[in-house]
Amino acid sequence: MYKYKTNDLILRTTTSLIAFILLGFAVYLLLAGHNSPGGGFVGGLMTSGAILLMNMAYGFETVKKVLPINFVKLIPIGLAVAAATGAGSFLFKQPFLSHTFGYFHIPIFGEVELATAMLFDIGVYLTVVGVMMTIILTIANDKD
Amino acid sequence: MTNILTASENLINIAVIISFIGISISLACLLYRVITGPTQPDRAVALDSMGINLMAVAGIMSIYLVTPNLNDVILLIGILSFLSTLAIAKYLEKGVIIDRDLD
Repeated sequence: MYKYKTNDLILRTTTSLIAFILLGFAVYLLLAGHNSPGGGFVGGLMTSGAILLMNMAYGFETVKKVLPINFVKLIPIGLAVAAATGAGSFLFKQPFLSHTFGYFHIPIFGEVELATAMLFDIGVYLTVVGVMMTIILTIANDKD
Repeated sequence: MTNILTASENLINIAVIISFIGISISLACLLYRVITGPTQPDRAVALDSMGINLMAVAGIMSIYLVTPNLNDVILLIGILSFLSTLAIAKYLEKGVIIDRDLD
């Protein structure tokens, strides 16, 4: 397929800068989903976009060495986190999926409201990342 | 004081409408380039510029609707436009988007 060897220096340098910005933006979207637009779904899509950018710049094998994550296993882990968040309300004699929140004091950020809906969002995030990366990497694999 | 406030509000409204008209003219020209581009890279560059114009539309729309909730959308459109342009460019150059091993 390759007629000549390409030199991707600009693309690789830009990727190593932009991928971190994308991951930071994804974490921001995940954490900001309670009071502003965002949430687990968009955060997961952004994370898979960052990993897709690394895949496009550096190739499949290199990214597999850098990020040794089995994305197929990420789907049941995310689903288990979401289901455990729902089932955890049984421990406190509450109906399924009932969430609660509390105010905690964290040294740097001060008084922060932490809700258990965040854990459900993390489950959604992991599932979306797993599904998107499984789809993309399965379709892209055509050399075998 | 209220005179200055209404004057600035009128100014913002007029500027927003002029910006909408300018961006829509630019989008129409880019759509012409997408339809009748002689080569494929012309169409790719035109689609990238259309993404940038969509970011501008989202920014102007957030001023028009007086809401800060569209700021994430602007960043999102920029990132997705960059990724799609990169994928098109890599497909046109190499024929594969994600290759197995580059070295």
